[in-house]
Amino acid sequence: MSLAFDDYGRPYIILRDQGQKKRMKGLEAYKSNILAAKAVANTLQSSLGPKGMDKMLVSPDGDVAVTNDGATIVEKMEIQHPTAKLLVELSQSQDAEIGDGTTGVVVLAGKLLEQALTLLDKGIHPLKISDGFDRACDVAIKHLESIAEEIDIQANDHEALIQAACTALGSKVVSKRKRELGKIAVTAVLDVADLKRKDVNLDLIKIQTKTGGSVEDTRLISGILIDKDMSHPQMQKEVTDAKICLLTCPFEPPKPKTKHNINISNAEDYKKLYQQEQQYFIDMVKLVKDSGANIALCQWGFDDEANHLLLQNDLPAVRWVSGTDVELIAMATGARIIPRFQEITPEKLGKAGSIKEVQFGTSNERMLVIENCQCTKAVTILIRGGSQMIVDEAKRSIHDAICVIRNLIKDNRIVYGGGSAELACALQVLQYADEVSSVEQYAVRSFADALEGIPNCLADNCGLNPITSVAQAKSRQLTEKNPRIGIDCMELGTSDMKEQKIYETLSSKKQQIQLATQVVKMILKIDDVIAPDDY
Amino acid sequence: MDIVGNVLPQVLKDEATEDKGEMARLQSFVGAIAVADLVKTTLGPKGMDKILKPTGPGQEMTHITVTNDGATILKSMYVENPAAKILIEISKTQDEEVGDGTTTVAVLAGELLREGEKLIQKRIHPQHVIAGWRIARDVALKTLRDISSENDIESQEFHNDLIKIARTTLSSKLITSDRDYFADLCVKAVLRLKGSSNLDYIQIIKLPGGTIRDSYLDDGFILKKQITIGCKRRIENAKILVANTAMDYDKIKIYGTKVKVNSMDKVAEIEAAEKEKMKHKVDKILKFQPTVFVNRQLIYNYPEQLLADSGITVIEHADFEGMERVAAATGAEILSTFDAPERRDQVLGHCDLIEEIMIGEEKMIKFTGCKKNEACTIVLRGSSIHILDEVDRSIHDVLCVLITTVKNRRVVWGGGNSEMQMAAACEEEAKKVQGKQALAIEAYARALRQIPTIICDNGGYDSAELIQNFKVELQKGNLTSGLNMNDGTVGDMKELGIKECMRVKEQAVMAASEAAELIMRVDDIVKCAPRKRERA
Repeated sequence: MSLAFDDYGRPYIILRDQGQKKRMKGLEAYKSNILAAKAVANTLQSSLGPKGMDKMLVSPDGDVAVTNDGATIVEKMEIQHPTAKLLVELSQSQDAEIGDGTTGVVVLAGKLLEQALTLLDKGIHPLKISDGFDRACDVAIKHLESIAEEIDIQANDHEALIQAACTALGSKVVSKRKRELGKIAVTAVLDVADLKRKDVNLDLIKIQTKTGGSVEDTRLISGILIDKDMSHPQMQKEVTDAKICLLTCPFEPPKPKTKHNINISNAEDYKKLYQQEQQYFIDMVKLVKDSGANIALCQWGFDDEANHLLLQNDLPAVRWVSGTDVELIAMATGARIIPRFQEITPEKLGKAGSIKEVQFGTSNERMLVIENCQCTKAVTILIRGGSQMIVDEAKRSIHDAICVIRNLIKDNRIVYGGGSAELACALQVLQYADEVSSVEQYAVRSFADALEGIPNCLADNCGLNPITSVAQAKSRQLTEKNPRIGIDCMELGTSDMKEQKIYETLSSKKQQIQLATQVVKMILKIDDVIAPDDY
Repeated sequence: MDIVGNVLPQVLKDEATEDKGEMARLQSFVGAIAVADLVKTTLGPKGMDKILKPTGPGQEMTHITVTNDGATILKSMYVENPAAKILIEISKTQDEEVGDGTTTVAVLAGELLREGEKLIQKRIHPQHVIAGWRIARDVALKTLRDISSENDIESQEFHNDLIKIARTTLSSKLITSDRDYFADLCVKAVLRLKGSSNLDYIQIIKLPGGTIRDSYLDDGFILKKQITIGCKRRIENAKILVANTAMDYDKIKIYGTKVKVNSMDKVAEIEAAEKEKMKHKVDKILKFQPTVFVNRQLIYNYPEQLLADSGITVIEHADFEGMERVAAATGAEILSTFDAPERRDQVLGHCDLIEEIMIGEEKMIKFTGCKKNEACTIVLRGSSIHILDEVDRSIHDVLCVLITTVKNRRVVWGGGNSEMQMAAACEEEAKKVQGKQALAIEAYARALRQIPTIICDNGGYDSAELIQNFKVELQKGNLTSGLNMNDGTVGDMKELGIKECMRVKEQAVMAASEAAELIMRVDDIVKCAPRKRERA
């Protein structure tokens, strides 16, 4: 730690407790940061592409997760290095905004940092590098937009959407069933999509998991599945033409929020109070029954007596329905959420074709399926699989696929995958580099190299010779003027990604390049790291 | 953190580790194969049992478990290796989904990975191995479905199938010497359910004493409770009221209520009112005119006495399960309010006879001739609690398999027949496939064939010779041949009557392939720093 001295030669403290702090400055700081971030990118690198491998992550409590999803990997790695954490956030913001391409974005950032490192060694100022990257990024994005194609999502039974979903699912453990799962995801999204507004509320798609069976037993339920059963074991297990009363008040005597005391001083009052109490239950059930409801779903618990009265009145009921489920049911069945018994009116009831209890396997687990809801705008994907890890990974994969489809509905422009889009951009950026007359030229050129790193990495993961295959694809792109030439990962015999039907959304690619550039710029701006010693 | 040149800064937390590539793969293989090897000696009719001994202070010698059940063994083990955890997980899922084949699934996954390891050593990329396995899995499952047969649920053949399946399942368990007896018992119990899959209705009561042979199926329903003193011990043509209500004293449920009195007289008044309230409740109950009153909660002396005085037999403290079973068996409604005596016929349960019986040294209440005849009880007897526990697990396995069979109805021949046929089909397929995948398909076939091989080995027979002879028999077209583990020959399964449930095999193949694929795809293991635990 550097010391400063005053006029009399006495040292004085600049940072509080500086003896206990670590400080890195200048080039040393840059390099350390870049290396840390690259370490993360290196881990993810082998997960990229259809033949990418998975990572096994053991949590602090010893739970095991196996995944291919970039955002999940970096999140569960529990990274502590401050700059490496920036990459975690990068992956997560891609996840939050786009939902897919979380691995790609980190790998791209890693490649950019690698280039930056050599530029730093050449003695180029970090800010010049980041300026150059910025300009190159703009060029790449513009080019990306120019090579993007609009697709007709309606055509041929939504074939394009299914293909895009398949591309997203292709790299996951469920890739064997990508076609089936892709179809499920497309149907689910289209069921809830608002095509006029080009928007999809993903809250309406519920993904429920249950171990057992196999991934191909995964199915779409055009309704809602809730992990609950009827409150009384003898209630009827199936209700057809259900009129649902959705309550957020417990079947219990009221509990006013104001603190109060009821003082009983004689037997008369005692008896009265008892009668009053009984009356409460009777009234509650009566109010529900009178509204014409034939099933009650409640967010809270039931008193035993109320529970029995419901049974006696042929009113099947479900208690402790979670808050999110209550909202989902409200949206799907058109029910209004009723906070007080007095406010139950027939108009507020939701309608559904049927509600029934289903059972799984040999253990006594039951779930409720609400089907044919009045406003069918809610679906559930029930994922099955041989073990908890498979089911969890399938859930993440389906989520990715759903996000891709949503993005396509929002913006139907696509670019082709297999590294072709990155290659096309790299060529464009390279061309632009020669026009730059200042130091930034080197940075722009390096940006192109970094973009090439993606197809490189894809080829590597597929067991192809990365340098040969990238060089081939590059020269074919130039000679044939065809930006769709990429890496033939699946060894199908063609490098034209349009023929292979590898679709990626423009928004995802754009976001990847922009986010990665931003993070790299941020890392390049750090020239001083001060941290506690025991870090 | 001293950075000299290009030394990598620490990215993960202290104590966290990351293994990549070969190291990661090696770790997974070793872990998974170790788990599979551990349980593989329990496989088959000549499989051995394991003793599970809990660790922890003071419990070293208490609560030991002796078992042959894969899921139980794996569940109780504490393993650190993540790949081993995946195997344990699939075994658990198998247990929940079909109830049996929990060892098979772990062993099959382990054998697949053992074959996979060899392929990796030959420098074949894991993705190619997976691609081959996927083809093989589909072929195997298709073969399995093709060779299975289905009988009508009402037919005598189906009934015989069930008994055969039960016998096969039991043959690897402790009670194998009495398997005919227990097979019959379990099939009867399952058939009573009439196609419903609710295992709750089959109650298993374990009572130490006697021998295993003394176990029996009681077509009535037995409640492990006692009739309150002072009540009739035998009630014919009983009308049963099942309730879940407070019979100690009724709490005031309205929030914030306090009783405040200013004189002793008032206390007495309140007390009287309280008593009267209970009396009132009892009166209401009496209006239903039951002869037996079963309550989930405890009953205080006062209401008990009132009820007993009216000649009603009182059973208190029936827990949730007991209460639900009584209700289901007798067709009673579980009541919590008693204001509608006019619904008497609907809510009261009925059974021909309730009596207190003694099994061994314990008094229990037996309900015979119930309105709904679905529930039944299996009373298990045996010389020690360890034996009873193991018998209980075996019976549970059998019941699960039988219920699955009733639901799915497809059966295959046992004795390794289905595995060998699947393996043969995979090998056939491998000849047609181009590329490296074919090697993986062959490996898959070898892994499948390992199951009958291990069964042979466990029986102490010459597995290499037997399996080859078995292969030849199948090749000749004797599609019902299988391993005869009694005399170590290849026999005809049709004659021996060894059948298995197709669904169990199907689930085992699916789950094992999925797990093997999952582990195979891993090339990087990141272990987070273990959470620091506070010493309690």
